[in-house]
Amino acid sequence: MTDAPAVPGKGPVATATAIVKRFGKGTSALVPALDGVGIEIRPGAITGLVGPDGAGKTTLIRILAGLMAPTEGEVRILGGPPADALDDIGYMPQRFGLYEELTVLENLALYAEVRDLPPQDRQSTFDRLLDFTDLKRFGDRQARNLSGGMKQKLGLACALVRTPRLLLLDEPGVGVDPISRRELWAMVDALKAEGIGVLWSTAYLDEAEKCDRVYLLNHGKLLFEGVPGDLTGAVRDRVVRVTGFAERRRQFLSHVLDRDDIADGTIQGRAVRLLVRDGQAVPDAAALNAGPDTRIEPATPRFEDGFIDRLGGGPKGTSRLAAAYRTIPETDLLAIEAKGLTKRFGAFTAAQDMNFAIPRGRIFGLLGPNGAGKSTTFKMLCGLLTPTSGSGAVAGKDLGHSAADARASLGYMAQKFSLYGDLSVRQNLDFFAGAYGLGRAAAGQAIERMADIFELGPYLKSNAGLLPLGFKQRLALACAVMHEPPVLFLDEPTSGVDPVTRREFWMHINGLVEKGVTVLVTTHFMDEAEYCDEVTLIYRARQIASGTPDALKQRAASLSGADDPTMEDAFIALIEQSDAERAATEQAA
Amino acid sequence: MSRTRFSPRRLRALVVKEFIQVARDPSTFIIAFLLPPFLLFLMGYSVSLDTAQVRVALVNQDSSAQALGLATAFARSPYFSVTPARDVQSVRGALEGDRERGIIVIPQGFGEGVLSGHPPPIQVITDGSQPNTANFLGAYADGVRAEWLASETGRAAAPPISVNTRYWYNPGLESRYFLVPGSIAIVMTMIGTLLTALVIAREWERGTMEAMMATPISMVEFVGSKVLPYFLLGLASMAVCTILAIIFFHVPFRGSVAALLAISSAFLLPALGLGLFISAATKNQFVASQIALLSAFLPTFLLSGFLYEIASMPFAIRLITYAVPARYLIPPLQTVFLAGDIWGLILPNILIMLGFGVGFFYLAFRVTKRSLD
Repeated sequence: MTDAPAVPGKGPVATATAIVKRFGKGTSALVPALDGVGIEIRPGAITGLVGPDGAGKTTLIRILAGLMAPTEGEVRILGGPPADALDDIGYMPQRFGLYEELTVLENLALYAEVRDLPPQDRQSTFDRLLDFTDLKRFGDRQARNLSGGMKQKLGLACALVRTPRLLLLDEPGVGVDPISRRELWAMVDALKAEGIGVLWSTAYLDEAEKCDRVYLLNHGKLLFEGVPGDLTGAVRDRVVRVTGFAERRRQFLSHVLDRDDIADGTIQGRAVRLLVRDGQAVPDAAALNAGPDTRIEPATPRFEDGFIDRLGGGPKGTSRLAAAYRTIPETDLLAIEAKGLTKRFGAFTAAQDMNFAIPRGRIFGLLGPNGAGKSTTFKMLCGLLTPTSGSGAVAGKDLGHSAADARASLGYMAQKFSLYGDLSVRQNLDFFAGAYGLGRAAAGQAIERMADIFELGPYLKSNAGLLPLGFKQRLALACAVMHEPPVLFLDEPTSGVDPVTRREFWMHINGLVEKGVTVLVTTHFMDEAEYCDEVTLIYRARQIASGTPDALKQRAASLSGADDPTMEDAFIALIEQSDAERAATEQAA
Repeated sequence: MSRTRFSPRRLRALVVKEFIQVARDPSTFIIAFLLPPFLLFLMGYSVSLDTAQVRVALVNQDSSAQALGLATAFARSPYFSVTPARDVQSVRGALEGDRERGIIVIPQGFGEGVLSGHPPPIQVITDGSQPNTANFLGAYADGVRAEWLASETGRAAAPPISVNTRYWYNPGLESRYFLVPGSIAIVMTMIGTLLTALVIAREWERGTMEAMMATPISMVEFVGSKVLPYFLLGLASMAVCTILAIIFFHVPFRGSVAALLAISSAFLLPALGLGLFISAATKNQFVASQIALLSAFLPTFLLSGFLYEIASMPFAIRLITYAVPARYLIPPLQTVFLAGDIWGLILPNILIMLGFGVGFFYLAFRVTKRSLD
């Protein structure tokens, strides 16, 4: 590459060409974190860097920010190496880069000094940024006392203290509630209008649709680059929404995915969304064998459909795990029950009057932003926290006086897979078999079964911590279901996981539910909510809405007037309504 | 990567940030300001190596005036609390039961021996399972005997040679006098190495290091922003220790403040350098604290000569002590407190500590890279 001119108006602010990045030495370096990736970031546009966890997004951003050197390839920022352009790069790392003990203003001041902001500009810059991020009221609050959404805004403000020409945002939407996420998008749109070139990385494929240009990364390789519409355009007319099979959507999905002309399918509340394979005609309703009421209508293609299509389709529909699982006996007892569960920590109420009753063979979702009280409720039901008042039962066993029995009848899969990274796959399975009280013979059989179903055979002797993400996910599920519990608790099981692995996971869960297993899932990830039979929305320690995903979407539609709202729209509408109601009662009082 | 020039403004901003963090982070505050007095009181009161008022039983098998005189000398000695006993058998149980620390026997014919110019030795029976106390007891008992004998024979006829023991600088042989310099060494190690290693590792763990490296700061500014505050913090807690030692333990301070400052500063250099090196090499608070404990805290505690005398260590261990910077801190500190500014002793030690400091800083800069690779 010849020396680029010093960036005229429309040229890219950053280019990376044929980037290869290898970590470590020996065999681990054989699989590069980035493999021949090229990217171009233009001014006045939002460039999306999209891909599941472990795809190489953070590595690429760090290389662009000059924090790492690529093994091969070249990076030019504003026509020079990144090291010469530090004054013009704004960078917000995943954890925002804030000093917890410093107040909002002190953090801003530190970044202003470190970035040599002229003292005469200081006041006007701070005013502008605090206005922009709506943090003016919190100027003297220490960063550790800010909510996740506020930290993220402050992180952004710190990256903007000297208006950069290139703004690198590493997964700014992760772990933040949908409302804050929406506000952040509005702010970044405003920056784009100022002519800044923004790189926004995300694991949420739906965010890709909001970008001007998208680079789709998977396992260190570029899968797609271009306008997001090009990817969704490729699957236009091939995405359909099927309804009218009543409560049998799980059987329907499993059955329809085994057809050769269907590339992908997901449950969307009461409906099933299908992606027809390239070159195949959309099958007619009768051919799907789902009953006389079945209706097929075209659906708007999403970025994720395009992604799955590029990968050659998702997994098939039949779960071998479910096939090998015992059938949970029919019973009149509720599988999970919460009656007025309340937990207070001192003066702080973490969960207030939680009520729900989940019968056998259902998927129930606890939905809500971080810190709303989901985990507290979840932990009370696991018997890990003693409720301040109220009672609960799992598989008919009261949490108060037979907590140990209740715990024995559930399988638990924690967020980020609580595996022992230093133990081998086999040792992890051994450990959990022992922890759930399987005898030696039973444990041996169960481990063999799991290794076979989840194809863990080649990895049995490797350390769990070194497994690829998809296999960690499989192992975590295997550990949780080895003892064939009637009830399964899942804590954000697939957030950040690539769409194929996520489908595979839900394929197993759907199969287990058909066998009578009851599933409780907590999530702030809207895609997971769609798989639930019923969800309850938790906000500020209370249940503010409950019902089927479709019922909640309908309520949201009547609140906001939007037609065909997504689960995320519903979530935002219901929370805004709750906030408005609270404000009204506070004013009345 | 040295594309940015050093900027005093950035350094100042980072130092200010560091001080705010120290003030608001309770753990830093505890290590810097509560730990020193705690250690000092611990050392001063409970780790005392003195044997003041050791309980002994005295068996006098001789009825001569000389034997009585010696018995009286023991009774009057400030080091012993004497219980007379009839014979050894009757107090054996008391020794085994820890009610007495030792038995002193004045043998039959002691008086005659003294008169004839061949004073017989006295017998001292101690509990060998407590070697420290046993040693002190033996030595002190000998001392009492020698002193009594000297005055006794001196009155009769001066012996050709007399030994007159005088302990300089610490006449009472009070161990807290030399434990105070020791606790200063420990506190400065904690702040210089442990705290510094922790705060930098914390920046790596929390991702702030990454954010800072994406700004135009240089590594010299970053390292400087850690060295300066913790250097001052180390000196401040040294001052706290010194003042407490003088006020509460009446430790004499015979040297000058300038000498104390020079010695402490020279020691903080290797301490900080090691802390920087550890954190840059580990980037993890837990590992950093473990390594700091093993490489700085324990050697300072065990091998610097403040708790165990280096001269009495086995040869191999003695060799290791030469690699412990605190070894060169204790003697000049003790000198400044108990003797005064003896530059002949202080200067070489300062030079050696500075040498260690330069070495550690060199290593730290070698491993601190402005990169996440």
